[in-house]
Amino acid sequence: MSDTPKELKYAVTHEWALDEGDGVVSVGITDYAQESLGDVVYVELPEVGDKLSAADEAGAVESVKAASDIFAPVSGEVIAINEDLEDAPETINDSPYGDGWFFKLKMSDPSELEHLLSADGYIESVDEE
Amino acid sequence: MNSRTCLYAAHEKLGAKMVDFSGWDMPLHYGSQIQEHHCVRRDCGMFDVSHMTVVDIDGSDVRAYLRHLLANDVAKISAPGQGIYSAMLNHRGGVIDDLIVYALPSGFRLVVNCATSEKDIAWMNDCAQGFQVLVQQREDLAMIAVQGPQAISRVNSVVGQALGAKISALKPFTSLYASSYQASDNWQYARTGYTGEEGLEIILPGSEAEVFWWQLHTAGVQPAGLAARDTLRLEAGLNLYGHEMDENILPLQANMAWTIDWRDSERDFIGRPALLAASDAGQQEKLVGLLLTQRGVLRDGQHVYFAGCDQPGVITSGSFSPTLGYSIALARVPVEAGEWGEVAMRKKRETVRLVAPGFVRHGQPVIAPCIV
Repeated sequence: MSDTPKELKYAVTHEWALDEGDGVVSVGITDYAQESLGDVVYVELPEVGDKLSAADEAGAVESVKAASDIFAPVSGEVIAINEDLEDAPETINDSPYGDGWFFKLKMSDPSELEHLLSADGYIESVDEE
Repeated sequence: MNSRTCLYAAHEKLGAKMVDFSGWDMPLHYGSQIQEHHCVRRDCGMFDVSHMTVVDIDGSDVRAYLRHLLANDVAKISAPGQGIYSAMLNHRGGVIDDLIVYALPSGFRLVVNCATSEKDIAWMNDCAQGFQVLVQQREDLAMIAVQGPQAISRVNSVVGQALGAKISALKPFTSLYASSYQASDNWQYARTGYTGEEGLEIILPGSEAEVFWWQLHTAGVQPAGLAARDTLRLEAGLNLYGHEMDENILPLQANMAWTIDWRDSERDFIGRPALLAASDAGQQEKLVGLLLTQRGVLRDGQHVYFAGCDQPGVITSGSFSPTLGYSIALARVPVEAGEWGEVAMRKKRETVRLVAPGFVRHGQPVIAPCIV
C-alpha cells in the first residue's frame, strides 16, 4: 500500500503540502499519485514569482502512460521550484515526499492549510475513487 | 472474477502491479516499466503472454480451410514449426485479428489476441462450414516470451546444450517442438517476438510454466510487464490490434499490404474482392511514424494536421520512447501527408516529423524517411 506520512496535509487532487514554518509550504505529489502514473518522464513546473490561488493549475506531470495537472493546494506566491526534476523526473517516483518536491509557496492565507486533508482523510478519499 | 494465467502466483511473488487486461489479471510492471524496457533492449527480459489464445486446427481440409480463412497463404509453410504472420479479414476487407500461424506436426496452430479471441473462434467456426476441420482452443497451454540480445543464450542455459544448439539454429519465424518434461504435449520454441529484439516465444503446458519461469529467473532473466511490452513494440513499429487496425481498417491503411499473398490468383481468401475494389479506388491513408522531439508525450486519439490535407490524421498509438528519450507515435494519416505535421496536444500544438513506422531495432535507433 502507498505511503502517506502523518505530518503532511493533502489535497483530493493528490498533492501534499508540508508546513516549513514562516508561512512557507513545499508541495509535491503523493506516493499514491506517482504509483498510479507510473514512470514519470516530463514535469512542468510553475515559475518563481507566480501568484497562485488554491486549486489553480500549477504545472503538470507526464508519465509514459498518462498526463496529469498539478494544482496549488493553497494560495500563495511561488518562491522556489525544484529544477532538478527537469533532468531527473524519475525522482518523483523514487522519492515523492523528499527529493521529488515540486515547488514552494509563500502562503497568502496560512489558515487555508486547515482546509486540507489529514493523512487519514486523504486515504479515505483515495479509497472512494 | 478475472482469469489468471498459470504464472499469477509468480507475478505476485515478484511484486508485480497487476491490472485488468481484457478480463485477465496481468502484470503491468514489476516496479519500473522503463527499467524493464531497457533491460530487454540491453540484456533480456521475459513476459508472461499466456493470456494470448492458442487455437489448434486439424482435419483433412485444414490447408484449404486456412488458405480461405487467412489473407496470407499457408501454402508457404509446410515443414512443422514454420510460421507466418497473417491478417484474418472480414468480407469488407477489415481486420478481424492479426495472428501468427505455425505448421504443427499435424495441422496448424494459430496464436491470436486475447481481447478478440471469442469473436475469432466464432468466426473460425462459422467459416469452417463445408470444411472437414476441428477448431480447438488450447486453454491448457501457457506462453512465455523471452526477448533481448541475451535471450537465446539464457534460454539455452536452462534447456541444456543439445536442445540449445537446435534453438540457436532457428531462423526467424520458425520454431521447433521438443518433448516436455512431464506432460504429454510438446513444448514449442518459436523464434518470434514483439519487441524488435532477438528472442523466443515459448508455448508450453501450463502445468510446467511456473517451474520454467523460475528457472529462467535464476538464469538471470528479469520479468517485464505489459507496459514495457507496449513501448517495445511501439519502438519496433509493430501494430497492436484495436489501435493500428480493427474491423473497419483495411490492411493497406495499416502497413500490412505485405501480409496479403496475391500470388495464387485462384485462391479465394475472405476479403479478397473487397481489397481488390479498394485497391482500384486508390489508397487514401497510410500508417506512419511520428517523432516529437520537444517535451511532451503523444497520445492515442490525438489529431495530426498537414498542410494541403483537408482531413487530419489520427494517432493510433502514442507514448514515450525510453530508448530515444522522446515521444514517438504511430499514426494513420492522409496518403499525401508531407514530412512535417502538427499535433493538437493537451494545451498546445507541436510540430512532429513523419518517418517510416519503425524507430528502434536490435537496440539501435533506425529513424528513416517515410516512403509510401
